[in-house]
Amino acid sequence: MSKESNKSITKKKSSLLFINKESEPLFSKKNRVLLTDPLDDNNPITVQVLGICSALAITVQLEPAVVMSLSVVAVMGASNVIVSLLRNLIPNRIRIIVQLVVVASMVVLVDQILKAYAYDVYKELSIFIGLIITNCIVMGRLEAFALGNNVWRSFLDGIGNAAGYGLILIVVAFFRELFGSGKLYGFQVIPESFYELGYENNGLMLLSPMALIIVGIYIWFQRSKNRKLIEKN
Amino acid sequence: METYFNLFVKSIFIENMVFAYFLGMCSYLAVSKTVQTGLGLGLAVVFVLSVTVPINYLLYEYLLSPGALKWIDPNDPQFVELDLSFLSFIMFIAVIASMVQLVEMIVEKFVPALYGSLGIFLPLIAVNCAILGGSLFMQQKEFSNIFESLTYGFGSGIGWLLAIVAIAAIREKILYSNVPAPLRGLGITFIVTGLMAIGFLSFMGIKI
Repeated sequence: MSKESNKSITKKKSSLLFINKESEPLFSKKNRVLLTDPLDDNNPITVQVLGICSALAITVQLEPAVVMSLSVVAVMGASNVIVSLLRNLIPNRIRIIVQLVVVASMVVLVDQILKAYAYDVYKELSIFIGLIITNCIVMGRLEAFALGNNVWRSFLDGIGNAAGYGLILIVVAFFRELFGSGKLYGFQVIPESFYELGYENNGLMLLSPMALIIVGIYIWFQRSKNRKLIEKN
Repeated sequence: METYFNLFVKSIFIENMVFAYFLGMCSYLAVSKTVQTGLGLGLAVVFVLSVTVPINYLLYEYLLSPGALKWIDPNDPQFVELDLSFLSFIMFIAVIASMVQLVEMIVEKFVPALYGSLGIFLPLIAVNCAILGGSLFMQQKEFSNIFESLTYGFGSGIGWLLAIVAIAAIREKILYSNVPAPLRGLGITFIVTGLMAIGFLSFMGIKI
């Protein structure tokens, strides 16, 4: 986290040096980085260690994972924009409560919309929609980014981080559903003839511990490709 | 008495917050480098959970659940049919945030030594999913009285404490082993937690 804030400080300095700041295009290189960085180099789950709680419990099938990612994208985009708009008005001492209230009202909106239009998935996600409130990604990005940056950049940062979170969710859910029940998004993809030859679904994949182990293996792959992420004890 | 004992054991082992529901994972991974800090955070979680779950139970039962307001006037359909449960997230999180603030102030005033060792972790607890998760599970389980919810809150806190102390002890030992470089730190912790969760699955067969 501290490394990142240093980065943003140096970025700020360099933008002060270049005076033509007003004419910055909406998708300038600097802004694009906000979207792409959280997908790999600064992934919220595997690098920043944020928001793991909900990421693991709902990845048995692809459908709830996709719905959850979309909900987090909506909540993060909206609450980053609101907090960024309010950033000069919030007194420092009570900022956590203000942030929690903003996030909680966004989550209530998502919760009620899902209840009205996607009741089956809503039942399946049960308490995990409510837990978006305490999802550390949301709070972490509000604290680290939205409180100190303008609205458009905060919006991009929110969407980017939620996408990075969704990426892990979907990868884990893909493997768990494929090997656990032979389906993808509810459709049978492993043909019947395989089962007749003696292929069996791997029931272990449906149990919750496998989510942790798949994330562990994902981290292994990611860090062996991107060696600068390796931790030095 | 027996129901309370069953509920207690169930909330520690069978429905363990970390291994069965993955709640409170963020602080579980971030603060488990040494046993001592893990123990400190664990105790704070036990305390906050056993305070907030009963308070939220009362709020839910007498203010928010469908028909909860009929104590105002049992004959007035306006109160009997009122359902405020959509407000529960905001209420719960407000209770939790203010309780954490209160606990922090009390500890700072009366037990400064404890505050010194816990200080930084206390505010973290407000955004620990295990705390809000405890209240939301309480809402789902429909307990019949406040003591059941107290037992549940205390038990899940103990379960969380157990998990964080166990992983912290393992991480202290893992420093001496030769882990593949890309797995070092976070990766191996995930896999070890997965293996521990498989161990905890064996409790699921117990019927109480």
